[in-house]
Amino acid sequence: MTATREPLVLGIETSCDETGIGIVRGRTLLANVISSSMDEHARYGGVVPEVAARAHLEALEPALAAALAEADVTVAELDAIAVTSGPGLAGALMVGVGAAKALALAAGKPLYAVNHLVGHVGADVLREDGSELELPTIALLVSGGHTSLLHVRDLVDDVELLGETIDDAAGEAFDKVARLLGLPYPGGPQIDRVAEGGDPRAIRFPRGLTLPKDLAKHRYDFSFSGLKTAVARWVEQRRSEGGAVPVADVAASFREAVADVLLTKALAACADRGVPRLLLGGGVVANARVRQLAAERCAAAGVELRVPPLSLCTDNGAMIAALGAELVSRGRAPSPLDFGADSTLPVTTVQAV
Amino acid sequence: MILAIDTSAGSSVAVVDRDGGVLAARTVADTRRHAEVIGSLIDEALREAGVAPSDLSAVVAGRGPGPFTGLRVGIAAARAFAFGAGVPCLSVGSHDAVAFERLSAEAGRPVTTAGGRLDSPLVVVTDARRREVAFSAWSGLDDDGLPVLAAGPALTKPADLDEATGASSSWPRTDPDATAVSAAALGMLAERLFEHGRAFAEAEPLYLREPDVTPSAGPKPVTR
Ligand SMILES: [Zn+2]
Repeated sequence: MTATREPLVLGIETSCDETGIGIVRGRTLLANVISSSMDEHARYGGVVPEVAARAHLEALEPALAAALAEADVTVAELDAIAVTSGPGLAGALMVGVGAAKALALAAGKPLYAVNHLVGHVGADVLREDGSELELPTIALLVSGGHTSLLHVRDLVDDVELLGETIDDAAGEAFDKVARLLGLPYPGGPQIDRVAEGGDPRAIRFPRGLTLPKDLAKHRYDFSFSGLKTAVARWVEQRRSEGGAVPVADVAASFREAVADVLLTKALAACADRGVPRLLLGGGVVANARVRQLAAERCAAAGVELRVPPLSLCTDNGAMIAALGAELVSRGRAPSPLDFGADSTLPVTTVQAV
Repeated sequence: MILAIDTSAGSSVAVVDRDGGVLAARTVADTRRHAEVIGSLIDEALREAGVAPSDLSAVVAGRGPGPFTGLRVGIAAARAFAFGAGVPCLSVGSHDAVAFERLSAEAGRPVTTAGGRLDSPLVVVTDARRREVAFSAWSGLDDDGLPVLAAGPALTKPADLDEATGASSSWPRTDPDATAVSAAALGMLAERLFEHGRAFAEAEPLYLREPDVTPSAGPKPVTR
């Protein structure tokens, strides 16, 4: 804690299907209100961008009011506003960007447009145990919208993208395999549930981009499309032979393949870069096996594992506020008023300027 | 004093006053840059008008119809600005503003001058993307100079306009490629609605189309 008053920042997050409004004072979490449109996407088996964007527009104002009430502060008391300007779904991002600009102007507050992925890393500064975010760290960010591996040397100045998915996000693979097994959306918790009694070694599903020839070019990249197809083929073949599908074994083996490839690559990055820390972020962190395997592998490799609480791992506005507060604390200038939503904003752009 | 915002076509922002008229108006015709320009337009309009957020009595949002992604930017901005300024956010149909502006001009007066009755029909037609247009039919202005809706708003293919407009098929139509929505007209219409104690529209955007149900493939990879 410094003697100077820490900045009070409100963060707006609308990059996917969660409308998140968070409020922080420096590195202290004051409010984290999340309104999800997940239920509306359930019957489609995945996030429908237009449905998500419509839901953001309706959820924004109630979420703003709820967050301010939870934090017990007024708009006038805020020092700054932060908003996700990318990456994410363009139409969804634009709702947050339009609202953030107008709110900042109405309240006369500086506005910071920040990177969603770096926000996931920033969430770690809000831990209740008060422990500092130690840098450098490797960050593995896995959700239905992204699968990225970062090397973070400085939260606002030095973030490097090591790799990302070249096709589906890991969370999407969970949704698709769940659907294949007749399980509802979202797939992650369902797969987790039915995998409980299954044998993770029953079926050896492929680990994407782990063969030597792929590693040369895609050492830290991920691919889950082949895995999804392999599961589909295996299940179809079993069905065509008239046999029962061992759902628990398929789910456990699939989940093992995902967790294995995620952590193999993340720990390879820790070793290659000489970084003894791994930070997890994104909704897939909710997956029990991913967390368990991360703990095992990190312990074996002597790597410190950091996992923010789940409410700060899934998409939320508090992480955006936290990153905004970091920028304010360092005396950064606000973003200009003419930034747009950038669905492919690179992680090297922590703040749109 | 009202801040009016419409992004159902281009991006248009105005500060208007019942007595003072249009204090400032800013419009960008580009139909793909709403999120980029909306902040600067609001900022410039307020500065030029010399109006602080606390001077406003309301914010008015053009509720469409219009292409969804852009339309939402203006509505989100209007709602958030109203929230931040602690004033109500009201909704007015975007086609209403077009009809108000065009019919007032036909009556020989600007939107800033209160007017009376005009029996002169008009069909407002705007682009709805995907080879469709949005239309609404107006029979003229009532005794208070406010546009009177006869049919719509609804979507149709341009080739089916005659059939879709029915009784109003022979009425003059606006050109969808040249029909801009002016926030100044939207704001002045809102002032007249206030003045005459008329009801405002529902807050919900006028989408007129169900969402496509194709789930997202997620954001594209950032590199390679
Ligand atoms: Zn995320």
